[in-house]
Amino acid sequence: MAVKVIIPTPLRAYAGKQESVDVQAGTVGEALSALTGKFSDLKKHLFADDGRLRSFVNVYVNDEDIRYLQKDQTKVKEGDTISIVPSIAGGAHRR
Amino acid sequence: MATKTDIPAAAKQPATLSKQEVLRYSRHLIMPEVGMDGQLKLKQAKVLCIGTGGLGAPLGLYLAAAGVGRIGLVDFDAVDFTNLQRQVLFGTSDVGRPKITAAADRLQNLNPEIQIDAYETHLTSENALDLFKDYDIIVDGTDNFPTRYLVNDACVLLGKPNVYGSIFRFEGQITIFGYQGGPCYRCLYPEPPPPGLVPSCAEGGVLGVLPGIVGTIQAAETLKLIIGKGDPLVGRLLLFDALAMKFRELKLRKNPECPVCGAHPTVTKLIDYAEFCGIRGEEAPSTVINIPEITPSDLKSRLDRGDDLYILDVREPHEYQICNLHGHLIPLGELARRVHELDSSREIVAHCRSGKRSAEAVQFLQQAGFRKIWNLKGGILAWSDEVDPSVPKY
Ligand SMILES: [Zn+2]
Repeated sequence: MAVKVIIPTPLRAYAGKQESVDVQAGTVGEALSALTGKFSDLKKHLFADDGRLRSFVNVYVNDEDIRYLQKDQTKVKEGDTISIVPSIAGGAHRR
Repeated sequence: MATKTDIPAAAKQPATLSKQEVLRYSRHLIMPEVGMDGQLKLKQAKVLCIGTGGLGAPLGLYLAAAGVGRIGLVDFDAVDFTNLQRQVLFGTSDVGRPKITAAADRLQNLNPEIQIDAYETHLTSENALDLFKDYDIIVDGTDNFPTRYLVNDACVLLGKPNVYGSIFRFEGQITIFGYQGGPCYRCLYPEPPPPGLVPSCAEGGVLGVLPGIVGTIQAAETLKLIIGKGDPLVGRLLLFDALAMKFRELKLRKNPECPVCGAHPTVTKLIDYAEFCGIRGEEAPSTVINIPEITPSDLKSRLDRGDDLYILDVREPHEYQICNLHGHLIPLGELARRVHELDSSREIVAHCRSGKRSAEAVQFLQQAGFRKIWNLKGGILAWSDEVDPSVPKY
Protein backbone atom coordinates (compact mmCIF):
# COMPACT_ATOMS: atom_id res chain seq x y z
CA MET A 1 0.00 0.00 0.00
CA ALA A 2 1.23 3.48 -0.76
CA VAL A 3 0.96 5.66 2.33
CA LYS A 4 2.15 9.15 2.99
CA VAL A 5 4.29 9.92 6.04
CA ILE A 6 4.21 13.56 7.11
CA ILE A 7 7.57 14.68 8.51
CA PRO A 8 7.40 17.38 11.21
CA THR A 9 9.53 20.49 10.89
CA PRO A 10 12.12 19.57 13.56
CA LEU A 11 12.86 16.24 11.82
CA ARG A 12 12.91 17.42 8.23
CA ALA A 13 16.64 18.06 8.43
CA TYR A 14 17.07 14.30 8.83
CA ALA A 15 14.67 13.40 6.02
CA GLY A 16 16.17 15.17 3.05
CA LYS A 17 14.32 18.37 4.00
CA GLN A 18 11.08 16.84 2.73
CA GLU A 19 7.65 17.65 4.15
CA SER A 20 6.34 14.18 3.43
CA VAL A 21 7.63 10.88 2.13
CA ASP A 22 5.62 8.22 0.30
CA VAL A 23 6.37 4.64 1.30
CA GLN A 24 4.98 1.17 0.61
CA ALA A 25 3.75 -0.54 3.77
CA GLY A 26 1.00 -2.70 5.27
CA THR A 27 1.48 -1.56 8.88
CA VAL A 28 2.73 1.51 10.69
CA GLY A 29 5.84 -0.41 11.75
CA GLU A 30 6.64 -1.26 8.13
CA ALA A 31 6.07 2.32 7.07
CA LEU A 32 8.48 3.65 9.70
CA SER A 33 11.10 1.03 8.80
CA ALA A 34 10.79 1.98 5.17
CA LEU A 35 11.22 5.61 6.15
CA THR A 36 14.28 5.06 8.35
CA GLY A 37 15.63 2.76 5.65
CA LYS A 38 15.59 5.71 3.29
CA PHE A 39 16.81 8.20 5.89
CA SER A 40 19.05 6.50 8.44
CA ASP A 41 19.68 9.73 10.39
CA LEU A 42 16.00 9.72 11.38
CA LYS A 43 16.29 6.47 13.25
CA LYS A 44 17.80 7.74 16.50
CA HIS A 45 15.27 10.57 16.58
CA LEU A 46 12.31 8.20 16.33
CA PHE A 47 13.43 5.11 18.20
CA ALA A 48 15.19 4.50 21.51
CA ASP A 49 18.08 2.02 21.72
CA ASP A 50 15.64 -0.76 22.60
CA GLY A 51 13.83 -0.17 19.32
CA ARG A 52 10.72 1.34 20.90
CA LEU A 53 9.22 4.57 19.67
CA ARG A 54 10.54 7.44 21.77
CA SER A 55 8.09 8.77 24.35
CA PHE A 56 8.23 12.34 23.03
CA VAL A 57 7.27 11.21 19.54
CA ASN A 58 3.70 10.24 18.72
CA VAL A 59 2.53 8.60 15.55
CA TYR A 60 -0.95 8.94 14.10
CA VAL A 61 -2.75 7.12 11.33
CA ASN A 62 -4.99 9.78 9.90
CA ASP A 63 -6.20 11.48 13.11
CA GLU A 64 -5.85 8.53 15.48
CA ASP A 65 -2.93 7.95 17.89
CA ILE A 66 -1.45 4.47 17.26
CA ARG A 67 -1.02 3.99 21.02
CA TYR A 68 -4.81 3.54 21.07
CA LEU A 69 -4.87 1.34 17.95
CA GLN A 70 -2.49 -1.62 17.53
CA LYS A 71 0.70 0.45 17.95
CA ASP A 72 3.26 -0.45 15.28
CA GLN A 73 1.06 -3.38 14.18
CA THR A 74 -1.67 -0.93 13.17
CA LYS A 75 -2.73 -1.71 9.62
CA VAL A 76 -2.60 0.98 6.99
CA LYS A 77 -4.48 1.10 3.75
CA GLU A 78 -3.88 2.79 0.43
CA GLY A 79 -4.07 6.55 0.78
CA ASP A 80 -3.71 6.68 4.58
CA THR A 81 -1.65 9.46 6.08
CA ILE A 82 0.81 8.75 8.88
CA SER A 83 1.82 11.77 10.97
CA ILE A 84 4.89 11.91 13.15
CA VAL A 85 4.30 14.49 15.88
CA PRO A 86 7.17 15.20 18.28
CA SER A 87 6.82 17.48 21.27
CA ILE A 88 8.03 20.99 20.68
CA ALA A 89 8.58 23.47 23.50
CA GLY A 90 9.36 26.76 21.78
CA GLY A 91 9.77 29.72 21.74
CA ALA A 92 12.77 30.72 19.72
CA HIS A 93 15.58 28.62 21.11
CA ARG A 94 18.81 30.44 21.77
CA ARG A 95 22.04 28.66 21.98
CA MET B 1 -18.88 25.07 39.93
CA ALA B 2 -20.00 27.31 42.77
CA THR B 3 -22.65 25.81 45.02
CA LYS B 4 -25.08 27.59 47.32
CA THR B 5 -22.86 26.95 50.32
CA ASP B 6 -19.62 28.00 48.64
CA ILE B 7 -19.98 31.22 46.73
CA PRO B 8 -16.75 32.85 45.63
CA ALA B 9 -16.36 36.34 47.05
CA ALA B 10 -16.46 37.97 43.62
CA ALA B 11 -19.85 36.47 42.84
CA LYS B 12 -21.50 37.89 45.98
CA GLN B 13 -21.79 41.37 44.57
CA PRO B 14 -23.25 41.13 41.08
CA ALA B 15 -20.78 42.68 38.65
CA THR B 16 -21.98 45.48 36.46
CA LEU B 17 -20.46 47.46 33.64
CA SER B 18 -19.87 51.18 33.88
CA LYS B 19 -21.01 53.47 31.08
CA GLN B 20 -17.39 53.62 29.91
CA GLU B 21 -17.14 49.83 29.85
CA VAL B 22 -20.39 49.46 27.91
CA LEU B 23 -18.93 51.72 25.26
CA ARG B 24 -15.57 49.94 25.25
CA TYR B 25 -17.07 46.47 24.94
CA SER B 26 -20.02 47.39 22.72
CA ARG B 27 -18.90 45.11 19.85
CA HIS B 28 -19.07 42.20 22.29
CA LEU B 29 -22.31 43.33 23.89
CA ILE B 30 -24.23 43.46 20.62
CA MET B 31 -23.39 39.89 19.68
CA PRO B 32 -25.56 37.28 21.35
CA GLU B 33 -22.69 34.80 21.88
CA VAL B 34 -21.08 37.22 24.32
CA GLY B 35 -23.68 39.80 25.29
CA MET B 36 -23.93 41.30 28.77
CA ASP B 37 -23.75 37.87 30.44
CA GLY B 38 -20.54 36.96 28.62
CA GLN B 39 -18.96 40.34 29.20
CA LEU B 40 -19.66 40.13 32.92
CA LYS B 41 -18.11 36.66 32.97
CA LEU B 42 -15.04 38.13 31.28
CA LYS B 43 -14.93 40.92 33.85
CA GLN B 44 -14.96 38.41 36.70
CA ALA B 45 -12.48 36.04 35.07
CA LYS B 46 -8.93 35.55 36.32
CA VAL B 47 -6.36 34.28 33.84
CA LEU B 48 -2.68 33.62 34.50
CA CYS B 49 -0.32 33.90 31.52
CA ILE B 50 2.99 32.07 31.91
CA GLY B 51 5.50 33.97 29.80
CA THR B 52 5.14 37.34 28.09
CA GLY B 53 7.15 36.41 25.00
CA GLY B 54 6.04 35.51 21.50
CA LEU B 55 2.91 33.66 22.58
CA GLY B 56 2.19 35.78 25.65
CA ALA B 57 2.23 39.02 23.66
CA PRO B 58 -0.83 38.52 21.45
CA LEU B 59 -2.49 36.54 24.20
CA GLY B 60 -2.11 39.33 26.75
CA LEU B 61 -3.17 41.99 24.29
CA TYR B 62 -6.39 40.23 23.28
CA LEU B 63 -7.33 39.14 26.79
CA ALA B 64 -6.82 42.69 28.05
CA ALA B 65 -8.70 44.19 25.11
CA ALA B 66 -11.57 41.75 25.61
CA GLY B 67 -11.95 42.85 29.23
CA VAL B 68 -10.70 39.84 31.19
CA GLY B 69 -10.96 41.37 34.65
CA ARG B 70 -7.74 40.08 36.15
CA ILE B 71 -4.69 39.04 34.18
CA GLY B 72 -1.61 37.62 35.90
CA LEU B 73 1.72 37.71 34.08
CA VAL B 74 4.75 35.61 35.03
CA ASP B 75 8.14 36.37 33.48
CA PHE B 76 11.65 37.23 34.62
CA ASP B 77 13.42 38.29 31.43
CA ALA B 78 14.37 41.71 30.15
CA VAL B 79 13.37 42.89 26.68
CA ASP B 80 16.18 42.57 24.14
CA PHE B 81 16.47 43.52 20.47
CA THR B 82 15.99 39.95 19.25
CA ASN B 83 12.54 39.87 20.93
CA LEU B 84 11.11 42.67 18.82
CA GLN B 85 10.82 40.51 15.68
CA ARG B 86 7.79 38.76 17.23
CA GLN B 87 7.01 39.97 20.76
CA VAL B 88 4.60 42.70 19.74
CA LEU B 89 3.91 43.78 23.31
CA PHE B 90 7.22 45.63 23.29
CA GLY B 91 8.65 48.60 21.45
CA THR B 92 12.22 49.60 20.75
CA SER B 93 12.19 51.97 23.74
CA ASP B 94 11.41 48.98 25.99
CA VAL B 95 14.73 47.25 25.25
CA GLY B 96 16.50 46.66 28.57
CA ARG B 97 13.33 46.99 30.67
CA PRO B 98 11.96 44.00 32.57
CA LYS B 99 9.42 42.32 30.32
CA ILE B 100 6.93 42.16 33.13
CA THR B 101 6.97 45.94 33.66
CA ALA B 102 6.84 46.73 29.96
CA ALA B 103 4.02 44.23 29.45
CA ALA B 104 2.00 45.47 32.42
CA ASP B 105 2.34 49.07 31.23
CA ARG B 106 1.27 48.19 27.72
CA LEU B 107 -1.75 46.13 28.81
CA GLN B 108 -2.85 48.65 31.42
CA ASN B 109 -2.64 51.36 28.79
CA LEU B 110 -4.70 49.24 26.42
CA ASN B 111 -7.33 48.68 29.09
CA PRO B 112 -7.25 50.65 32.38
CA GLU B 113 -10.50 48.96 33.49
CA ILE B 114 -8.77 45.67 34.32
CA GLN B 115 -6.33 44.50 36.98
CA ILE B 116 -2.85 43.36 35.93
CA ASP B 117 -0.88 41.25 38.41
CA ALA B 118 2.80 41.26 37.49
CA TYR B 119 5.00 38.50 38.93
CA GLU B 120 8.65 39.07 38.10
CA THR B 121 9.84 35.58 38.91
CA HIS B 122 10.79 32.22 37.52
CA LEU B 123 7.95 29.77 37.78
CA THR B 124 9.19 27.02 40.11
CA SER B 125 7.89 23.93 41.86
CA GLU B 126 7.95 26.00 45.05
CA ASN B 127 5.77 28.89 43.86
CA ALA B 128 3.58 27.39 41.10
CA LEU B 129 0.68 26.08 43.17
CA ASP B 130 0.53 29.28 45.17
CA LEU B 131 0.55 31.43 42.03
CA PHE B 132 -2.02 29.31 40.18
CA LYS B 133 -4.56 28.92 42.96
CA ASP B 134 -6.12 32.36 42.56
CA TYR B 135 -6.75 31.98 38.82
CA ASP B 136 -9.46 30.18 36.83
CA ILE B 137 -7.42 29.43 33.72
CA ILE B 138 -3.68 29.05 33.13
CA VAL B 139 -2.25 29.81 29.69
CA ASP B 140 1.11 28.26 28.88
CA GLY B 141 3.25 30.47 26.67
CA THR B 142 6.67 29.29 27.80
CA ASP B 143 9.55 28.12 25.67
CA ASN B 144 11.07 25.16 27.48
CA PHE B 145 10.19 21.62 28.49
CA PRO B 146 10.74 21.83 32.26
CA THR B 147 8.27 24.72 32.61
CA ARG B 148 5.75 22.99 30.34
CA TYR B 149 5.71 19.87 32.54
CA LEU B 150 5.59 22.02 35.65
CA VAL B 151 2.61 24.02 34.34
CA ASN B 152 0.86 20.80 33.34
CA ASP B 153 1.33 19.03 36.64
CA ALA B 154 0.34 22.08 38.69
CA CYS B 155 -2.82 22.49 36.58
CA VAL B 156 -3.76 18.83 36.97
CA LEU B 157 -3.12 18.89 40.73
CA LEU B 158 -5.31 22.00 41.09
CA GLY B 159 -7.90 20.92 38.51
CA LYS B 160 -7.41 24.01 36.35
CA PRO B 161 -7.52 24.13 32.56
CA ASN B 162 -4.21 24.71 30.77
CA VAL B 163 -4.50 26.48 27.42
CA TYR B 164 -1.43 25.17 25.65
CA GLY B 165 0.42 26.49 22.62
CA SER B 166 3.90 25.76 21.35
CA ILE B 167 5.82 26.71 18.25
CA PHE B 168 8.81 25.70 16.20
CA ARG B 169 9.99 27.65 13.17
CA PHE B 170 6.72 27.83 11.21
CA GLU B 171 4.74 25.10 12.91
CA GLY B 172 2.49 25.29 15.96
CA GLN B 173 0.58 22.96 18.29
CA ILE B 174 -2.43 24.12 20.28
CA THR B 175 -4.86 22.39 22.65
CA ILE B 176 -6.51 22.71 26.07
CA PHE B 177 -5.17 20.26 28.64
CA GLY B 178 -6.72 19.20 31.91
CA TYR B 179 -10.17 20.64 31.24
CA GLN B 180 -12.84 18.89 33.33
CA GLY B 181 -10.76 15.75 33.67
CA GLY B 182 -9.71 15.71 30.01
CA PRO B 183 -6.29 14.63 28.73
CA CYS B 184 -3.17 16.38 29.97
CA TYR B 185 0.25 17.12 28.49
CA ARG B 186 1.70 13.93 29.95
CA CYS B 187 -1.11 11.92 28.35
CA LEU B 188 0.19 13.24 25.05
CA TYR B 189 3.90 13.13 25.83
CA PRO B 190 4.77 11.11 28.94
CA GLU B 191 8.40 12.29 28.84
CA PRO B 192 10.40 15.15 27.38
CA PRO B 193 13.11 14.61 24.79
CA PRO B 194 16.61 14.18 26.22
CA PRO B 195 18.52 17.47 25.79
CA GLY B 196 20.84 16.10 23.09
CA LEU B 197 17.94 15.26 20.81
CA VAL B 198 16.11 18.56 21.07
CA PRO B 199 16.61 20.38 17.81
CA SER B 200 19.22 23.00 18.54
CA CYS B 201 19.00 26.66 17.66
CA ALA B 202 20.85 25.65 14.51
CA GLU B 203 17.54 24.38 13.24
CA GLY B 204 15.57 26.71 15.51
CA GLY B 205 14.29 30.18 15.02
CA VAL B 206 10.70 31.11 14.45
CA LEU B 207 8.72 32.96 11.83
CA GLY B 208 7.78 36.17 13.64
CA VAL B 209 4.08 35.98 12.88
CA LEU B 210 3.74 32.33 13.97
CA PRO B 211 3.51 33.00 17.73
CA GLY B 212 1.03 35.72 16.80
CA ILE B 213 -1.24 33.16 15.17
CA VAL B 214 -0.80 30.49 17.85
CA GLY B 215 -1.11 33.00 20.72
CA THR B 216 -4.32 34.45 19.31
CA ILE B 217 -5.77 30.94 19.02
CA GLN B 218 -4.90 30.43 22.71
CA ALA B 219 -6.63 33.75 23.42
CA ALA B 220 -9.73 32.67 21.49
CA GLU B 221 -9.91 29.38 23.41
CA THR B 222 -9.43 31.18 26.72
CA LEU B 223 -12.26 33.62 25.96
CA LYS B 224 -14.51 30.73 24.86
CA LEU B 225 -13.83 28.85 28.10
CA ILE B 226 -14.76 31.96 30.08
CA ILE B 227 -18.00 32.74 28.28
CA GLY B 228 -18.82 29.03 27.95
CA LYS B 229 -19.63 29.15 24.27
CA GLY B 230 -18.65 26.98 21.33
CA ASP B 231 -16.59 23.79 21.20
CA PRO B 232 -13.45 24.10 23.26
CA LEU B 233 -10.24 22.65 21.82
CA VAL B 234 -10.35 19.75 24.27
CA GLY B 235 -9.37 16.22 23.22
CA ARG B 236 -8.10 17.65 19.96
CA LEU B 237 -4.55 18.65 19.10
CA LEU B 238 -4.56 21.40 16.50
CA LEU B 239 -1.47 21.48 14.27
CA PHE B 240 -0.72 24.54 12.20
CA ASP B 241 1.83 24.84 9.41
CA ALA B 242 2.32 28.42 8.27
CA LEU B 243 4.40 27.49 5.22
CA ALA B 244 1.78 25.13 3.84
CA MET B 245 -0.92 27.34 5.43
CA LYS B 246 -2.71 24.28 6.70
CA PHE B 247 -4.46 23.35 9.91
CA ARG B 248 -4.80 19.69 10.88
CA GLU B 249 -6.50 18.14 13.86
CA LEU B 250 -5.52 14.96 15.70
CA LYS B 251 -7.45 13.11 18.39
CA LEU B 252 -6.08 13.55 21.87
CA ARG B 253 -7.02 10.85 24.36
CA LYS B 254 -6.68 10.58 28.08
CA ASN B 255 -4.07 7.98 28.92
CA PRO B 256 -5.51 5.74 31.66
CA GLU B 257 -1.94 5.09 32.79
CA CYS B 258 -0.94 8.77 32.82
CA PRO B 259 1.49 9.34 35.73
CA VAL B 260 -0.26 12.53 36.81
CA CYS B 261 -3.92 12.38 35.70
CA GLY B 262 -4.41 8.59 35.33
CA ALA B 263 -6.28 6.27 37.67
CA HIS B 264 -3.17 5.53 39.75
CA PRO B 265 -1.01 8.62 39.60
CA THR B 266 2.64 8.37 40.60
CA VAL B 267 3.16 12.13 40.43
CA THR B 268 1.11 13.54 43.30
CA LYS B 269 3.13 16.67 43.98
CA LEU B 270 5.41 18.93 41.99
CA ILE B 271 8.85 17.49 41.29
CA ASP B 272 12.27 18.74 40.13
CA TYR B 273 11.49 19.46 36.48
CA ALA B 274 15.03 20.33 35.42
CA GLU B 275 16.09 16.91 36.61
CA PHE B 276 13.04 15.29 34.97
CA CYS B 277 14.09 16.88 31.68
CA GLY B 278 17.72 15.85 32.13
CA ILE B 279 18.94 19.41 32.44
CA ARG B 280 21.56 20.38 34.99
CA GLY B 281 21.82 24.14 35.29
CA GLU B 282 22.64 26.35 32.34
CA GLU B 283 25.89 24.60 31.53
CA ALA B 284 26.72 22.75 28.37
CA PRO B 285 25.40 19.18 28.32
CA SER B 286 27.24 17.22 30.98
CA THR B 287 28.66 14.90 28.34
CA VAL B 288 30.80 17.75 27.04
CA ILE B 289 33.47 18.43 29.63
CA ASN B 290 37.15 19.23 29.66
CA ILE B 291 37.48 20.11 26.05
CA PRO B 292 40.44 22.27 25.03
CA GLU B 293 39.51 25.90 24.49
CA ILE B 294 41.09 28.95 22.95
CA THR B 295 39.93 32.48 23.73
CA PRO B 296 39.10 34.90 20.92
CA SER B 297 42.05 37.15 21.76
CA ASP B 298 44.49 34.21 21.82
CA LEU B 299 43.15 33.07 18.47
CA LYS B 300 43.54 36.58 17.10
CA SER B 301 47.19 36.84 18.19
CA ARG B 302 48.00 33.41 16.80
CA LEU B 303 46.40 34.29 13.47
CA ASP B 304 48.26 37.62 13.44
CA ARG B 305 51.49 35.71 14.06
CA GLY B 306 50.73 33.73 10.92
CA ASP B 307 50.25 30.37 12.66
CA ASP B 308 48.73 27.73 10.43
CA LEU B 309 45.31 27.35 12.00
CA TYR B 310 42.34 25.77 10.32
CA ILE B 311 39.04 27.44 11.26
CA LEU B 312 36.09 25.05 11.32
CA ASP B 313 32.65 26.65 11.43
CA VAL B 314 29.99 24.15 12.58
CA ARG B 315 26.98 26.45 12.19
CA GLU B 316 24.37 26.30 9.45
CA PRO B 317 24.86 27.90 6.01
CA HIS B 318 22.25 30.60 6.69
CA GLU B 319 24.15 31.58 9.84
CA TYR B 320 27.39 31.77 7.85
CA GLN B 321 25.67 34.36 5.67
CA ILE B 322 25.00 36.56 8.68
CA CYS B 323 28.65 36.70 9.72
CA ASN B 324 31.69 34.45 9.58
CA LEU B 325 35.39 34.15 10.34
CA HIS B 326 36.18 32.82 6.84
CA GLY B 327 36.17 29.31 8.29
CA HIS B 328 35.45 26.05 6.54
CA LEU B 329 31.73 25.38 6.98
CA ILE B 330 30.55 21.94 8.07
CA PRO B 331 27.26 22.08 10.02
CA LEU B 332 27.41 20.02 13.23
CA GLY B 333 24.74 17.66 11.90
CA GLU B 334 26.91 16.81 8.87
CA LEU B 335 30.20 16.49 10.70
CA ALA B 336 30.12 12.72 11.10
CA ARG B 337 29.52 12.29 7.40
CA ARG B 338 32.09 14.89 6.27
CA VAL B 339 34.86 14.31 8.77
CA HIS B 340 37.15 13.18 5.90
CA GLU B 341 37.25 16.80 4.71
CA LEU B 342 39.39 17.61 7.75
CA ASP B 343 43.13 17.07 8.09
CA SER B 344 43.92 15.75 11.57
CA SER B 345 47.59 16.74 11.22
CA ARG B 346 46.66 20.42 11.18
CA GLU B 347 45.67 22.55 14.16
CA ILE B 348 41.91 23.08 14.08
CA VAL B 349 39.84 25.71 15.88
CA ALA B 350 36.12 24.93 15.84
CA HIS B 351 33.53 27.61 16.45
CA CYS B 352 29.79 28.22 16.35
CA ARG B 353 27.60 31.07 17.57
CA SER B 354 28.14 30.76 21.32
CA GLY B 355 30.53 27.81 21.72
CA LYS B 356 28.10 25.03 22.58
CA ARG B 357 27.70 23.30 19.26
CA SER B 358 31.42 23.59 18.57
CA ALA B 359 32.11 21.99 21.96
CA GLU B 360 30.12 18.99 20.77
CA ALA B 361 32.05 19.07 17.51
CA VAL B 362 35.40 19.14 19.34
CA GLN B 363 34.33 16.27 21.53
CA PHE B 364 33.24 14.27 18.52
CA LEU B 365 36.48 14.97 16.65
CA GLN B 366 38.56 14.03 19.69
CA GLN B 367 36.76 10.71 19.76
CA ALA B 368 37.48 10.41 16.05
CA GLY B 369 41.21 10.71 16.79
CA PHE B 370 41.84 14.43 16.29
CA ARG B 371 44.39 15.68 18.82
CA LYS B 372 45.20 19.24 17.76
CA ILE B 373 41.77 20.74 18.14
CA TRP B 374 40.36 23.64 20.17
CA ASN B 375 36.98 25.13 20.79
CA LEU B 376 36.65 28.89 20.34
CA LYS B 377 35.44 29.98 23.76
CA GLY B 378 32.18 31.90 23.55
CA GLY B 379 31.94 31.46 19.79
CA ILE B 380 31.52 34.21 17.26
CA LEU B 381 29.59 36.22 19.87
CA ALA B 382 32.72 36.44 22.02
CA TRP B 383 34.83 37.20 18.94
CA SER B 384 32.55 40.17 18.30
CA ASP B 385 32.87 41.30 21.93
CA GLU B 386 36.60 40.82 22.35
CA VAL B 387 38.22 41.09 18.93
CA ASP B 388 36.12 42.56 16.17
CA PRO B 389 33.02 44.59 17.11
CA SER B 390 32.12 44.97 13.42
CA VAL B 391 30.98 41.32 13.44
CA PRO B 392 27.20 41.42 13.99
CA LYS B 393 25.71 39.45 16.86
CA TYR B 394 22.52 37.46 16.39
ZN1 LIG C 1 -2.55 12.91 31.80
